[in-house]
Amino acid sequence: MELKTVQTRHVPVRYFEGGTGPDLVYLHGAGGVTAEDPFLAALAAKHHVYAPLIPGYGDSEEAPTIRDMLDFTLHTWDVIEALGLKDPILVGHSMGGMIAAEMAAVAPNDVSRLALICPAGLWDDDHPIADIFSLLPFEMPQILFHDAVAGAAMLTAGRNVEDPNFLQTYLVNNARQLGMAGRILFPIPERGLVDRLYRIKAKTVIVWGDSDRLTPPFYAHGFKKGIAGSVLVSIPEAGHMVIVEKTPAVVEAIGRLG
Amino acid sequence: MKFTWFNLMPWPYLPDDFREKNRSVWVDIDQRLFDPAKSHEVYNTYMDLLEYADTLGFDGVGVNEHHQNGYGIMPSPNIIAAGLARRTKNAAIVVLGNSIALYNPPVRVAEEFAMLDCISGGRLVAGFPVGTSMDTNYCYGQIPSLTREKYQEAHDLIIKAWTTRDPFAWNGRYNKLRHVNIWPRPIQQPHPPVHIPGGGSVETYDFCIDNTYSYSYLSFSGYLRAKALMQGYWDRVEERGAPDKSPYRAGFAQTILVAETDEEAERLYSEHVSYFYNRCLHVYPGFADAPGYRTIKTIQSGALSQYAPPKGGGYTELTWKDLVEQGHIIAGSPETVRQRMEDLIKGLNVGNIFCLMHVGNMPADKCMYSTRLFAEKVMPKLRNMFPDFADDDRFWAKPLENRVTSGSLPGEFPTSASLAKTYA
Repeated sequence: MELKTVQTRHVPVRYFEGGTGPDLVYLHGAGGVTAEDPFLAALAAKHHVYAPLIPGYGDSEEAPTIRDMLDFTLHTWDVIEALGLKDPILVGHSMGGMIAAEMAAVAPNDVSRLALICPAGLWDDDHPIADIFSLLPFEMPQILFHDAVAGAAMLTAGRNVEDPNFLQTYLVNNARQLGMAGRILFPIPERGLVDRLYRIKAKTVIVWGDSDRLTPPFYAHGFKKGIAGSVLVSIPEAGHMVIVEKTPAVVEAIGRLG
Repeated sequence: MKFTWFNLMPWPYLPDDFREKNRSVWVDIDQRLFDPAKSHEVYNTYMDLLEYADTLGFDGVGVNEHHQNGYGIMPSPNIIAAGLARRTKNAAIVVLGNSIALYNPPVRVAEEFAMLDCISGGRLVAGFPVGTSMDTNYCYGQIPSLTREKYQEAHDLIIKAWTTRDPFAWNGRYNKLRHVNIWPRPIQQPHPPVHIPGGGSVETYDFCIDNTYSYSYLSFSGYLRAKALMQGYWDRVEERGAPDKSPYRAGFAQTILVAETDEEAERLYSEHVSYFYNRCLHVYPGFADAPGYRTIKTIQSGALSQYAPPKGGGYTELTWKDLVEQGHIIAGSPETVRQRMEDLIKGLNVGNIFCLMHVGNMPADKCMYSTRLFAEKVMPKLRNMFPDFADDDRFWAKPLENRVTSGSLPGEFPTSASLAKTYA
């Protein structure tokens, strides 16, 4: 994947681009995305993938003027416009799924194929979504992965926790990335999407890991019910990070969009 | 020097195994540990102690705001301050402060502070904290990376409400108000002095310097560990071209415990100090700093190392000797305390001292004993530390000369005859 920059109204946006095939825009979750992400590579096998970073993620510039859900939604439309894309397959994971669903709801005639992978955006008091903002690093794998041990190894790979600068770098990245994500996810990741889902016209596939302990599979039914004609693909032995735990199954599900 | 007697109002009945059985003293503390019936006595004792400090000549009595917190049963400091405004005579009412990003609309703070200033006869010192991440983000749900912007708007609105004599419209991002026209307004002009509690945010330095507000560093880890941070502030005062380095531009909170001798101080107070540092400061690290609450600039400055618990596993392992030697607490005989207070005051160049003289689960009699020894045997010797700035009154309350206090009703019950005479 190649890291590039495209200018938008708010800020220059960094994005990964690679692969050949139908255009596909991938919106990452609150943890971000890197060039080495195996899910991007798998998508790029059959698609021309564009994966824009939310401002503040990776090395991208922050955007103080993107504050609320509508700002995030319109900004991401601005990115698609700036990339010169028309009706790409729109795929979003977690927070990215929430943004993708909002985009499809505000502009239903501009999105014909939508894949939502354990998206955020709905809330039910009896099925609380874990508070990722107050989780400590060591608590993350248990929440994010079906296999917490393998997940922990994945999260710490390539990081030198003995490095004295590690903590500061970690804190800065966290502040930039989760600080931005908090604008639509804190303290409760719900901004009224439930009342807008009905507007979505896209052919929609909803993908969920059966052992998702961050956004419980309960919510899959909320999305399925809210989006007419949508299809739910449940994936066994996969948690919230189903995109890395069961990459081929997720890619196969997206393939159903044609 | 200005000495403010400060009470955090800790809940004094946290069990011995609190630390083992609970993950946090703050945010999600077990509500069953609070006993409302017992709190009746706790509140009244704590308010009595604040009033007692006024009778001993402390310059101020201080209260603050915390939510869902085992060491602070004061979610609304203004309620305590209202009682103090009635029952104290001379001390400034130091509300340090109201977390102004939390009030909707913040005009409420302008109004309540005006009420306190009017009731107390102009004795209010107004504190505007951003609020800790625990309070502001985790308890009160403010979005971390927008908290500062909202705080700034709240501040601007409050100051404009205090200083504008005609109704005005406020079209803010977080507040849309067609008719701002506060009633009542404060006695002190142009407005009560403002203190900003800060914990190492670089932006807060400039905010204080530019507005002639006092910067208050409220830490529990003592003056030795505060030196780097306060030096950063004074360097900034110089860089920013402020006209002076008046010590009243800064305040510092310090735990202080006085007895006849150093040994007596340890004997009387060590269990209460241990209660505070081991149980009251037991905060789940995940609540300490919501991502986005601090600015990148502040994280990069490294000032947050102040917040790291002491090396070697935190406070539990610190003995009385460690806490005294490392300056977390200043404790001992009047002479010991005087010497160390001098070191603090000179070392940090601070004119406003927030004296944390009630600690943890300290009973009232011990607290009175320590407070009185400080007031009579230490405070007088520290009064003239900064003769060059003796006249600097920019950062302190300016009360009316003639003030009334509670009990102003006529001594004799009015009768038909006396009223006829008075109103003849």
